[in-house]
Amino acid sequence: MFNITLHHFLFLGAILFTIGVLGIFLNKKNVIIILMSIELILLSVNINFVSFSSFSGDISGQVFAMLTLTIAAAEAAIGLAILMVFYRNLGSISVDEINKLKG
Amino acid sequence: MFLYSFSFYLFSTIAVLSALMVISAKNPVHSVLFLILSFVNAAALFVLMGAEFLAMILIVVYVGAVAVLFLFVVMMLDINFIKLREGFLQYLPFGVLLGIVLFIELAMLVYIDKFEKSTLVNFSDLPVFTQIENTKNLGSVLYTDYFYFFQISGIILLIAMIGSIVLTLRERSGVKKQKIYDQIHFDAKNAIEKKKIKLGEGIDV
Repeated sequence: MFNITLHHFLFLGAILFTIGVLGIFLNKKNVIIILMSIELILLSVNINFVSFSSFSGDISGQVFAMLTLTIAAAEAAIGLAILMVFYRNLGSISVDEINKLKG
Repeated sequence: MFLYSFSFYLFSTIAVLSALMVISAKNPVHSVLFLILSFVNAAALFVLMGAEFLAMILIVVYVGAVAVLFLFVVMMLDINFIKLREGFLQYLPFGVLLGIVLFIELAMLVYIDKFEKSTLVNFSDLPVFTQIENTKNLGSVLYTDYFYFFQISGIILLIAMIGSIVLTLRERSGVKKQKIYDQIHFDAKNAIEKKKIKLGEGIDV
């Protein structure tokens, strides 16, 4: 209980991942919350990377966590830009109407 | 040892609870703020794991840039957020079922025997001050072994920047704007146009 092992961190990562997936499922209408859920999922992946890196004494995991951070930032920027265009064209951010973006 | 485990449980509990609030808050502004709280606690957990540089990067990049970008977009869009909540309860049973199944699968993966026998080092709670610091260590690997990954991630960020600018840029009608190219290439020869007007007829200007 008081000895924190790798399992504790992996368990935390699993909980955060599940919450992120659940967020995508529950908030079917709000694209902003879906983007935030994706951020949560990437955070849980980062926790896994860093915990494996620390507990196996190899710094490479932290490098990959940094690359994940980069991709997450790029993804958030592009996603929010698409969201802006979507809102400007349709006046709503509901996922149900997103098929109208087809050309 | 007690302080270490106490901080782990404290930070992870706050992180999980705020993550739950992110997906269940009524107001998206609140969910962005809870996302920030979750990220700050994750950064604290990174410090516990000895990854100080990544923890600081998480705060600077996420809380400083991405979360603020989220806040900016949430506040800029004028949306009826109550309407967006419709269907939350409709998907709740199925979503919770799926979440439970997914979580059990992930937990089973965590508690597999292989981790016990593998070559995990004994990560010490106390920082060893004689060892090389985290930032230096990370840099010595990132700029040598993973140099191409570093370059490619820079290119990805550049592409993301260009993409978001291209997506959100628009020509607005009715707004007066300087056209530098046309102004510079304005020539006296082209400025005046001579036209012959026949008697009794007008011309189109």
